[in-house]
Amino acid sequence: MKLTLRIWRQKNAQDKGGLETHQLDDVSPDMSFLEMLDVLNEDLLEKGTEPIAFDHDCREGICGTCSLMIDGVPHGPDRGTTACQLHMRTFKDGDTLTIEPWRAKAFPVVKDLVVDRTSFDRIIQAGGYVSVNTGGAPDANLIPIPKAEADVAMDAAACIGCGACVAACKNASAMLFVAAKAGHLGHLPQGEVEKKARARAMVHQMDEEGFGACTNTYDCEAACPKEISVEFIAELHRDYRKGLFSGR
Amino acid sequence: MQLESKVPAGPLTEKWDKHRAEMKLVNPANKRKFRVIVVGTGLAGASASASLAELGYDVDAFCYQDSARRAHSIAAQGGINAAKNYPNDGDSVWRLFYDTIKGGDYRSREANVYRLAQVSNHIIDQCTAQGVPFAREYGGLLDNRSFGGAQVSRTFYARGQTGQQLLLGAYQALMRQVHLGKVSIYPRSEMLDVVLENGRAVGIVTRNLMTGEVRSWAADAVVLATGGYGNAFYLSTNAKGCNVTAAYRAYKRGAGFANPCFTQIHPTCIPVSGDHQSKLTLMSESLRNDGRVWVSKTTGDKRAPGDIPDDERDYYLERRYPSFGNLVPRDVASRAAKQVCDEGRGVGSSGLGVYLDFRDSINRVGEDGIRQRYGNLFHMYEKITAENPYQVPMRIYPAVHYTMGGVWVDYNLMTTIPGLYAIGEANFSDHGANRLGASALMQGLADGYFVLPYTIGDYIAQAGPSGAKSTDAAFTDVESEVNERTRKLLTRKGKRTPDSFHKELGKIMWDECGMSRNAEGLKQAIQRIPELREEFWESVRVTGAREELNQTLEKAGRVADFLEFGELMCRDALQREESCGGHFREEFQSEEGEALRDDEKFAHASVWEFKGDGAEPALHKEELEFENVTLTTRSYK
Ligand SMILES: Cc1cc2nc3c(=O)[nH]c(=O)nc-3n(C[C@H](O)[C@H](O)[C@H](O)COP(=O)(O)OP(=O)(O)OC[C@H]3O[C@@H](n4cnc5c(N)ncnc54)[C@H](O)[C@@H]3O)c2cc1C
Ligand code: FES
Repeated sequence: MKLTLRIWRQKNAQDKGGLETHQLDDVSPDMSFLEMLDVLNEDLLEKGTEPIAFDHDCREGICGTCSLMIDGVPHGPDRGTTACQLHMRTFKDGDTLTIEPWRAKAFPVVKDLVVDRTSFDRIIQAGGYVSVNTGGAPDANLIPIPKAEADVAMDAAACIGCGACVAACKNASAMLFVAAKAGHLGHLPQGEVEKKARARAMVHQMDEEGFGACTNTYDCEAACPKEISVEFIAELHRDYRKGLFSGR
Repeated sequence: MQLESKVPAGPLTEKWDKHRAEMKLVNPANKRKFRVIVVGTGLAGASASASLAELGYDVDAFCYQDSARRAHSIAAQGGINAAKNYPNDGDSVWRLFYDTIKGGDYRSREANVYRLAQVSNHIIDQCTAQGVPFAREYGGLLDNRSFGGAQVSRTFYARGQTGQQLLLGAYQALMRQVHLGKVSIYPRSEMLDVVLENGRAVGIVTRNLMTGEVRSWAADAVVLATGGYGNAFYLSTNAKGCNVTAAYRAYKRGAGFANPCFTQIHPTCIPVSGDHQSKLTLMSESLRNDGRVWVSKTTGDKRAPGDIPDDERDYYLERRYPSFGNLVPRDVASRAAKQVCDEGRGVGSSGLGVYLDFRDSINRVGEDGIRQRYGNLFHMYEKITAENPYQVPMRIYPAVHYTMGGVWVDYNLMTTIPGLYAIGEANFSDHGANRLGASALMQGLADGYFVLPYTIGDYIAQAGPSGAKSTDAAFTDVESEVNERTRKLLTRKGKRTPDSFHKELGKIMWDECGMSRNAEGLKQAIQRIPELREEFWESVRVTGAREELNQTLEKAGRVADFLEFGELMCRDALQREESCGGHFREEFQSEEGEALRDDEKFAHASVWEFKGDGAEPALHKEELEFENVTLTTRSYK
């Protein structure tokens, strides 16, 4: 099939950037979205033009590296799917697609479609862990955990840290990301001990990084490739408030 | 090159404890005076960095991804082994050890494998304490499943995302140490060389992938946790960025490289769909718990799978290997798939595929039962192929997946360069000629949490501070070499893209050094690869500049190393005149097509020493001594 691509090009963080149009004449419906970009890049390189920079690694929807805004939707139109798992059969011959980077103050553009997401790492550094050292852990079966509870923790833990939630949010809030981490650890007895302090530290860091406030529009949930539920946000709000008042 | 395994004396079961008791310790107050560089933040690197920092060392950690959490370990689906024996089905440390040695076709070191089995249980405890959400049963205790090559259920898992959950555990521990100021983390940094002073590893040179800055880092010890080199084949289940660069540069600086030809071809991957294919997707081996593998009994059968009645189907694994059935080890399952496809019984448009059918399990436990177990894998399969595996059988075909070969290390995980360590998939130590499923995650975490933090202390206590500074001549010399190489890549201005060379190399490797190998093909490859390399350096095209994010330059650098390393893999495959594990030499097979091992001549690790560009590398051997197991022909019949 034939496609017209309007792709964001930006030399570096200082550059203003803008959209550039490319034509592709022979796209196979079996290609993944990134393979389609590979074809374009090989083409550009053969002509001596610089290929388009974009982030990717696993191409299996699990590492959270790929980060494309496709027609204004993070990861494109397929629900529960990362850009690397999106296949061209989703689109029609003759379509025009606009491809842009994540847009958020806390995710500055590095080049073309590549952004800097180290702010997410710093949120985890602030408290997104259980404070245990290596060695001396008790037997793993010492504390039984109800399956239903463990399953909820796992639902939250499925977050791949891609940042689609931020890109989808009009306030560029990282609330779903933070809530997913807090929910994952908070639903397990091992993580419960530090639950309130964790909520406080992570939310504080999120604000520091320049992410916006959550106004419950839930665009994040719709964009999340792992379909993480906004219910975790409500839980986080509760823990955060408790954390503020208990001072723990 | 000296290959001293440093395996401690004494009975197998006591070696590790005894060794730990005898190791020199670094005074806790002195630990912070020592700096350790850890390259890689996968399971091995992240667990090592966090544990070393907890002990008090200062750690510099590097990875090429934009976040440590994205290391390739994240992609592991199926699970992690441990000898907990929670299901009470007869598992033990000994049995895990034995299965791993046997599964590796007796080409690994007994003492290392035994230690791996010993610490396996601590890993599960540690990860649970960190909040890894392992799957549980209704009673609230941990659930297990079976993996290939074992007749007990010892695999722990977290839905289909075991790797991601274990990595998040290690990554969080690592982030905690960053917060505490004990680890400095450098994402989007690629190690391009290791630096030696007086024969000791004292640091590395990196390129900052955002700014292009080339920089030196000095330390008292250097750890490579840089993963495997499956991407030598271009198409593999590895992430696109996986590379051999760090390990290969260490080799060129004097580290022995062991068994480079030992690669694992995984039997259950989604078949190639066209020339645009950029990577292959694994369907976890755990699917073989419930899926049955088959092809039609007749060649060229074009009927839809549902139209082929049971008595016209060949469930060839169950037929050939009745006791292990669909759960034979990977090498056996892969070769069997290749055989039926070579006979013209393959499925799908390319004929390079076999069915993995869930019909019977769905009848037994219902669609929901299957969804519970493998939902995300089925979802992924449907995304990629546009076929619904609840209704039609999956089509699968073998693909390159893992590399058992790697940097040679002694019992302490130190390479032949003092002060340079290799852990995780980057080393060669525990899996011999074939790795069992769910054992790589175990090994990465064993090395990082429970082995290296001890053994590195023993070295540091004895060797003392390196005294090296990143401004020393040793560093600036290496920096100049790195810069010169980059300059060369950027000035070729030829016509061909780095990817086109990578694909061509990959095809040579897959055809001649893949699932089956023979002397003639390997000799051809050894001739062809240097020609391709020459062409690369004449006519590769790299656009852009050095001082910026330049993905073409990154790619070209990695391909350049694969173009040298691929040749070493072929040399290794050629000299190993036997079939063992993933290494199948067509000349050495039984009448039924089973592998013929030669323990007389090849019960050793083949370790290669770099002798200069253009010169033939020297081969050394570490004889493997088996005092506790008897070498038998592996039979899964
Ligand atoms: C799809 C898939 C599924 C798998 N499933 C399972 C499973 O179910 N069970 C199991 O046991 N095993 C599984 N494996 C194997 C297992 O995941 C890997 O062997 C293991 O995770 C490797 O861990 P590692 O820490 O050694 O390396 P990796 O996780 O690959 O990490 C390598 C690190 O090194 C860094 N790095 C590499 N080169 C450089 C450089 N030059 N400079 C700087 N940094 C560098 C990377 O950035 C990364 O941080 C699977 C593998 C694949 C591909
Ligand atoms: S590239 Fe890993 S999630 Fe898309």
